[in-house]
Amino acid sequence: MAEPPTCLNREGPKDMSDRQSSNAYWQANLRIIYICLAIWALVSYGFAIILRPLISMIPVGGTDLGFWFAQQGSILVFIVLIFWYAARMNKLDAEYGVDE
Amino acid sequence: MSQFTLNLLVIGASFALYIGIAIWARAGSTAEFYAANRGVSPVMNGMATAADWMSAASFISMAGLIAFTGYDNSTYLMGWTGGYVLLALLLAPYLRKFGKFTVPEFIGDRFYSPTARIIGVICLLIVSITYVIGQMTGVGVTFSRYLEVSNSTGLWIGAALVFCYAVLGGMKGITYTQVAQYIVLITAYTIPAIFISLQLTGNFLPQLGLFGTHDATGVSFLTKLNQIVTDLGFREYTAHHNSTLDMVLFTLALMIGTAGLPHVIIRFFTVPKVSDARKSAGWALVFIALLYTVAPAVGAMARFNLTATMWPGAQAGDTFSEPAVSLEAIETAPELAWMRNWQTTGLLAWEDKNGDGRIQYYNDANPDSPAAAVAVERELAGNELTTVNNDIMVLANPEIANLPGWVIAVVAAGGLAAALSTAAGLLLAISGAVSHDLIKGTLRPNISEKGELMAARVSMAISILVATILGLNPPGFAAQTVALAFGLAASSIFPVLMMGIFSKRVTREGAIAGMVAGMAVTILYIFTYKGWFFVAGTNMLPDTADAWLFGISPASFGTVGALINFAVAYVVSQATQRPPAHVQELVESIRVPRGAGDAVAH
Repeated sequence: MAEPPTCLNREGPKDMSDRQSSNAYWQANLRIIYICLAIWALVSYGFAIILRPLISMIPVGGTDLGFWFAQQGSILVFIVLIFWYAARMNKLDAEYGVDE
Repeated sequence: MSQFTLNLLVIGASFALYIGIAIWARAGSTAEFYAANRGVSPVMNGMATAADWMSAASFISMAGLIAFTGYDNSTYLMGWTGGYVLLALLLAPYLRKFGKFTVPEFIGDRFYSPTARIIGVICLLIVSITYVIGQMTGVGVTFSRYLEVSNSTGLWIGAALVFCYAVLGGMKGITYTQVAQYIVLITAYTIPAIFISLQLTGNFLPQLGLFGTHDATGVSFLTKLNQIVTDLGFREYTAHHNSTLDMVLFTLALMIGTAGLPHVIIRFFTVPKVSDARKSAGWALVFIALLYTVAPAVGAMARFNLTATMWPGAQAGDTFSEPAVSLEAIETAPELAWMRNWQTTGLLAWEDKNGDGRIQYYNDANPDSPAAAVAVERELAGNELTTVNNDIMVLANPEIANLPGWVIAVVAAGGLAAALSTAAGLLLAISGAVSHDLIKGTLRPNISEKGELMAARVSMAISILVATILGLNPPGFAAQTVALAFGLAASSIFPVLMMGIFSKRVTREGAIAGMVAGMAVTILYIFTYKGWFFVAGTNMLPDTADAWLFGISPASFGTVGALINFAVAYVVSQATQRPPAHVQELVESIRVPRGAGDAVAH
């Protein structure tokens, strides 16, 4: 969904090394976002809706795994995802020296 | 003590608490009024965001929507929570780093255009006003049901209360009252759910009870529920019935709509740091999930309780093993007093059509069900539970389960807390757009800080007045919150914010064209099926799945509108000159967290 950054080599007042570092930071951030969004889509649109028939043989309390993902599982995964992203980004901020 | 006195005491106590907080948290500067001086801890902000976000619709209506549709309405559960992932990953941290006060302000600065800012204000006003009318009506309904006052008196009391803490305290007052309101509403939602889960499944946690075993019969609760609803000729609860494409698009529209709602986004301006904004989105979702994982259990269990009330045999055996509930029991039995209470509101109605002294509840439109066979055998004349409103599933829950009177009073206070907290958040977004974007940003840029604070308070007061008047006479579009507010937030605000952060190439012209195209197409699609400006009878095509383009419902169309917005903005940007250097610098700077502290002094 995210449009790739289009102007990595534009002219600007910052010196090259600084900009390379901030580009590398941004690229690393985008990679983490892609991973999170892939999981986000997999549990909600995947397991809970489109792929539900494929995993319907796994029983969960009187129904199947897809129903569990639709009414409970995906929400729990969303929470874990956000906290994981926040923690991962704190580490990344420190690595690149852009933390607050 | 009578139920009325109990309600009055509990609701009165909750109101006294909110007013106390308002006096303690008065705002003295614009930074306090718009962003609580950016001093709110991430956990507190998470709680306030949860109350801000969970409206009368979440509290009162959602469980009922799930109860009568089952699996297909899981879209609301996923859609209204998944948006927080998008907020945490794609918007909140960057907009916090930007460090200003309103959403249109970001649009105006990033796209170096006052026009873009004004379009942002227009989108914000349509979205927020649609939304706030629903909250005000919710306040009126709850008051009239529990405090025996008229709808309009209830509305004015609610408006006066919001006036107290929103005009005095601005974001600061609203934040701390929302924290209190969250505690009231989550308590109110959870207590009946725990009792009902214990009664039906023996599980203390409703989240486990939903997937647990039905105590009286020893089979899985959901298996039992599927059995009785299909016996009565209704659709199987856990099965997928509607279009998969529409379900995906609707969920996505709710998710990106949620992430694009201005009153939710501005909550993330109140935390001290960028890393706090990310964490705070997580906390918000934790607090929201406390309600959103209970809601499907409340829905399923309330559906079960209602059905088993109508067919007492279903309680522990076969659905038709005993005759349906008798008219005499409904009219006299103390444990069925709730049916009489809700009959007076018109949300529940029955009629003994075949005159056999019993009320048979089943789906008479399904000729192949076990109920149809029973209908022939027992000479039934159609379904006799003629009206069951979705909304009573939550509100009547404590009465259906025979819980003590104080629980009912707490539920009433919870419903009011849900509606009032969301209304206050919306009113703040509206007044901020008027005083900061229109007055300070466009009409009178030289206004002093003191003057702007006064303007903010005056526009807040006017917004409350307008919302109350619209709540008294709700226009047609108020009922279309899901289609209109989420459709517009999804198709106009979310894409433009995301492109502003993730692309340096999108230009002023691109953003304006994208917003206008996304918004126009979405509104046109909604009007085509819902009528021009929602006037009944002016729709050009019938609002049915067969007439929808590719089976996409008007409420799901926000997703398509968002794609159009992205595409138009991309194409137009390619054809226009790159954004100026200072704008590219701005994008660079919001992408790194360091320096967000400086913005506090802004």
